[in-house]
Amino acid sequence: MNYTFIALVENRPGVLNRVASLFRRRNFNIESLAVGRTEDPEVSRMTVVVDCPNGDMDAHKIEANLYKLVNVIDVQDVTRQPSVTRDLALIKIKVGPEKRAEVNGLAEIFRAHIVDVAADSVIVEITGTEDKIEGMIELLRPLGIVEMVRTGQVAMTRGVNDGVRRVPGVTGNRYEDLEELAEMAP
Amino acid sequence: MKKTGAEIMWECVVREGVEVVFGYPGGANMPIYDAMLSYPIHHVLVRHEQGGAHMADGYARASGKVGMAMGTSGPGATNLVTGIATAMMDSVPVVFVTGQVAAHLIGGDAFQEVDVTGITLPITKHNYLVTRADEIAEVVREALTIARSGRPGPVLIDICKNAQVEQTEFIYPETVKLPGYQPVDHAPKDSLERAVKLIEKAQRPIILCGHGVLMSKAEEALMQFAVKTQTPVASTLLGLGAFPASHELSLGMMGMHGEVHTNMAIQNSDLILAFGMRFDDRVTGTLKTYAPHAKKIHIEIDPSEVHKNVSVDVPLVGDLKTVLSDLIPMVDEYDHEEWKKQINEWKSEADTRSIMNWEDDGKLYVPHLIADIWKATGGGAIVTTDVGQHQMWTAQYYQLDKPNRWLTSGGAGTMGFGLPAAIGAWFADKTQEVWAVAGDGGFQMTAAELTTAVQEGANVKVAIMNNSFLGMVRQWQEFFFEKRYSAVNMLSPDFVKLAEAHGVPARRVTKREEVDEAIAWARSIQGPTVIEFRVEQEEAVYPMVPAGAALDQMLQRPAR
Ligand SMILES: Cc1ncc(C[n+]2csc(CCOP(=O)(O)OP(=O)(O)O)c2C)c(N)n1
Ligand SMILES: [Mg+2]
Repeated sequence: MNYTFIALVENRPGVLNRVASLFRRRNFNIESLAVGRTEDPEVSRMTVVVDCPNGDMDAHKIEANLYKLVNVIDVQDVTRQPSVTRDLALIKIKVGPEKRAEVNGLAEIFRAHIVDVAADSVIVEITGTEDKIEGMIELLRPLGIVEMVRTGQVAMTRGVNDGVRRVPGVTGNRYEDLEELAEMAP
Repeated sequence: MKKTGAEIMWECVVREGVEVVFGYPGGANMPIYDAMLSYPIHHVLVRHEQGGAHMADGYARASGKVGMAMGTSGPGATNLVTGIATAMMDSVPVVFVTGQVAAHLIGGDAFQEVDVTGITLPITKHNYLVTRADEIAEVVREALTIARSGRPGPVLIDICKNAQVEQTEFIYPETVKLPGYQPVDHAPKDSLERAVKLIEKAQRPIILCGHGVLMSKAEEALMQFAVKTQTPVASTLLGLGAFPASHELSLGMMGMHGEVHTNMAIQNSDLILAFGMRFDDRVTGTLKTYAPHAKKIHIEIDPSEVHKNVSVDVPLVGDLKTVLSDLIPMVDEYDHEEWKKQINEWKSEADTRSIMNWEDDGKLYVPHLIADIWKATGGGAIVTTDVGQHQMWTAQYYQLDKPNRWLTSGGAGTMGFGLPAAIGAWFADKTQEVWAVAGDGGFQMTAAELTTAVQEGANVKVAIMNNSFLGMVRQWQEFFFEKRYSAVNMLSPDFVKLAEAHGVPARRVTKREEVDEAIAWARSIQGPTVIEFRVEQEEAVYPMVPAGAALDQMLQRPAR
């Protein structure tokens, strides 16, 4: 199952490499990783989606190892928190003028935009959840996708709720989570 | 006041208490070497950067302070790599400083440019690439703080040559700003209470004492806890010495070459109290059948070690000494007579197989030699080892009653560690007797450091256990590859002549009756010595849990 983590990291050179290297070293599979600035110029924010075959046990390992990185300030697991997640895709489709209307129609349904039109192709921009984007891609595929790029998922919890922090001791965390984990261990 | 980056580096490390540095100069760190002359630093010129890394490691393990090693860019830095990984695997606080090409040349494959921070990323606790002089003060402060605090470990600082020579205003940073780095000390009360409940219910508890006990200086707290609850104490390879071997509650070493009764006790226990240890595969055997009846309490400073290999019932994340001090007043006194009796029965049974009971047949067996050195030194020397059979025998038979005297590469198992680590340990306390026990194979990996010992007058006693084999590999081939010996027959130089060529007094011992006299001879000399013991060639280390077997499925020494 895919888990979504938000990590706040110090905005310094090489931090992305440290995070990526950690996932490789500990043998975790990154599904997507998006990095960007935050309201605080000294802090960057990463949204990492990771495949966790052993569920919460893996999630604990990922969090604990991320915390071990000196430049990582905070880690939350927002997988089960009410949150807003968005991915952005640019999709280039090979269509001449005769089929543009069809693309246009699809785009409208998905609230996507056509952001570029050339003689033999158009570029569609779509923002939304993974599911929505996947849905649109499926419908566009028969028309001939020639190129596609996705930003990877970004996430934000709703309201004042944070995600789960499993690593004990950090930001006043309790240990119950960890003890429950023991029961689920493989 | 304006200072160069190199001066600032020394200014900061001296203020942090660094007195001795093990290193090797080259183009990219010459400004650092030049500035060093103006500071109260004793520099040890090593013969290979790997040796320097192990010396700084040995110094740190023996002194409890941060060790420091240096190398130039490119090959100087890559030569350090094995030593850095060794320190990382055993959580040893060492700061490595490497020179790097000038910042404007980075990325251009300049002469002796190697991506050192890239290479060492997974084998350091943290590392830095410094491109400007005004970064140095903060980085050095942070590096030493990170190396010695929390779960200690190596930190590398790669300093570009321009940053070493540029001048900048020097302001000593009084505080360290590390927003993402906050090791925890105390475990929460309710978790402690849950631990107490498990302790109350336990009939067959056992403490697993790891390196963390030493790192946290929790030896006394461990003693109090063990005595109050009458819980037997088993030790990992690196935890040896944290609990006195002669104590009635001491079970000695656990794991692959651990004591039979110790492994039996773990497998039959109903409560494991893991103190600063990480359930390495060498101590658990196969996880499928590991301690099947035991509840587990894990006191550990590094949250990523919790549930890593073995899932536990109550994790207490924090500094071991602090957590134990909180826990001790909360637990009751117990006696556990039945359980201790049971363990003693296993012990007496196993003891009948001990090689120590063998009658003198005139031949040299490593276990006997280790016991001889132990007797001669009153068990009080600092002992380092290399890696292999002699290492396991030294762990088994150099019975330690005091902490921080046992220096061995556990996690990495790095051959070549013994001699340089011993030299480093001697710098930690020059009044201490230091012995390096090495194999004929491993000794040759860093033997060049003999000259370093001579140049420094390091009073280290080398005992080479020459079995003419890469013994541990040979043992595995004997047991698990139908005795098909492949690449384990080792021709060695004449060790006595080799030592003498380095200016080190040396002797060869081939007979039982020469042993005590040779040990006394070595101890009577001030400065390095070498004794080569020609030991039995095809002895095996017992007991042995074959890789992947259950912890109580031990191969025992055949009866004689
Ligand atoms: C750098 C390195 N290379 C290879 C090994 C694998 N290895 C482990 S023990 C051993 C044999 C060591 O032989 P020796 O130093 O003679 O010690 P003995 O086992 O004979 O006591 C080897 C090759 C290692 N641990 N480290
Ligand atoms: Mg050998």
